[in-house]
Amino acid sequence: MILKYFLSEGVVCRHELFVATAQDDPDDILQELPAPILDDVAIHKPLEQPLLSCEPSNSLDAMKIAWRYQNLPKVQSALASSSRFGHYYDVSKTMEPEIRQAAKCHRFYLPEHPTLSSPTHSPVLESYSALLKSLQDIIHKEGFDVAAPMSRPRNILRIGLHSLGSALWGDDLTCHDNPAHRHALTTFLYGLRALLRSSLAVAVVTVSSHLIQDRALMGSITRLCDNAIALESFKGSERETNPLYKDYHGLLHVRQVPHLNCLASQLPDHKDLAFKLKRKQFTIERLHLPPDLSETVSRVSRGEQAGAAAVASACGSGTSGNKHLDF
Amino acid sequence: MYVELNSILNSTPDTFTQGEFILVSDRRSDASFLIHHFLSFYLRARCRVCFLGLVQSFSHYSAVSQRLGVSLTQAKEKGQLIFFEGLKESLSVLVPRDANGASPAINFLRDPSVGLRSLYEFVRSSLSSFNSREKAADGAEEWGPPVLLVDDLSVLLSLGVSVGAALDFSHYCSATVCSQLQGNMVMLVRCDGEEEEEDEGSDRLLKGLTHQCSLSLHVEGLPTGYCRDIHGQVEVCWRKRRGEGLHTQKKLFQYKVHDKGASFFARGTSSTVL
Repeated sequence: MILKYFLSEGVVCRHELFVATAQDDPDDILQELPAPILDDVAIHKPLEQPLLSCEPSNSLDAMKIAWRYQNLPKVQSALASSSRFGHYYDVSKTMEPEIRQAAKCHRFYLPEHPTLSSPTHSPVLESYSALLKSLQDIIHKEGFDVAAPMSRPRNILRIGLHSLGSALWGDDLTCHDNPAHRHALTTFLYGLRALLRSSLAVAVVTVSSHLIQDRALMGSITRLCDNAIALESFKGSERETNPLYKDYHGLLHVRQVPHLNCLASQLPDHKDLAFKLKRKQFTIERLHLPPDLSETVSRVSRGEQAGAAAVASACGSGTSGNKHLDF
Repeated sequence: MYVELNSILNSTPDTFTQGEFILVSDRRSDASFLIHHFLSFYLRARCRVCFLGLVQSFSHYSAVSQRLGVSLTQAKEKGQLIFFEGLKESLSVLVPRDANGASPAINFLRDPSVGLRSLYEFVRSSLSSFNSREKAADGAEEWGPPVLLVDDLSVLLSLGVSVGAALDFSHYCSATVCSQLQGNMVMLVRCDGEEEEEDEGSDRLLKGLTHQCSLSLHVEGLPTGYCRDIHGQVEVCWRKRRGEGLHTQKKLFQYKVHDKGASFFARGTSSTVL
């Protein structure tokens, strides 16, 4: 989904695209890009703003109990951006073919490239080698090299690499605990980093990390990238039924923030983000605890209630009484 | 160069200990801001510097050093700095385009099982050549002791090099640079997992290097969680050999990185909290 947004933004901004896949034909992905909403500026209204003070009526009073919170801005659940950056898309519709065809797309479909045997003992797999070579060829031919002469107007190449590390690319990272090609993906990422540093290109790579058991490997993969986010879906996990998360489809973790050419990076204000896929939009919002308006005083999740009951019953109320205050 | 860090480490560009192996490490954090400190520190101290920049391009280091008041381009032209750009050299191995190959130092990418001997040879020849040039020409500048900076060593593990080979490399380098040439060495190692997972490659590398070093700076996130204004904590550990035994002294600081440097303060004394 994020890859599709990235590529659609490229089409709308008239950048050139490069899509590489191992399983689905790149043309299929390109046909499924969401349609841009090309009407006027849609002002992003922040949603309800819960107050942090103990007096719900008048928020202008100085806070008496929670005075430490006085200086914090009011919680906004939607991530409001100060300026309009980028475009909005409607996920329920696909992009018009005319708009899509206006952008120049390069494609790399693995089954179309015969695997050549490589004479070196380099840890890179042939499939990744071929992809790197193809990328470098496009960058040189189309003039995305930083060092190239400034004769033609410069554009940006948006590279989308789908599902790297999966068995479809010939990699066994997701299949075994101790893969034989342990360093194939990391070496490829190193080469990709080198290519991107010397060209006017941006790449988005998707990796199915839940299948990669080795956490150290995920760590190395993350460190080889500039920007890393992880989407953790609630489907199939015990969090799906947790009332805290009922509005969302999953959590979004920011694993790494870039700091290219500078010392300090732009750290996010808060790190608890959740995403949901609505019919027309994929939204990312701040996850905050909603005010507890139910009769129960405890906010423990269902999984922890067994432990909480053991502690709460110290007052002598007994078994089923952990939901209400018993006197 | 961060002034507060200089006072913590008790060193200035004019007076610093020679023959030191400084290990900079991090766990789930980013200690590369310390590498920028040491790079600008030793360039200001008029040392001859050999920098193995394996994870970022030259322009990145140059841009940051500019903000810290040091020009890498000038240092390179004057011959004070030898910069090895790992990313650029690696492309000639990973995507070979023409017949003329890359620098032999990057040979480990062709076959990681061979080890890092060619990279060590590159370091040795770069730093020793300073010596001969200085004595030969009369008008040559008088540079200080040689310094080797590596950013970072753990990326070599991701490229297929074994932990043993990386430890051998650092041992050879410290023997040449610190003992023989009486210079200094700074290496960055990055770890990811929890401390209990002992079998992980970069953890073993870190343990091995900790025994070899004389000063270590370990960067981690705050144990209480993420905070926007305090970026983490640094544990400084001095390991001095006195007679037969090893004397260690540890101190813990918190830090915040900003655009033109980093500030260090004792725990709990950040300006946002007070």
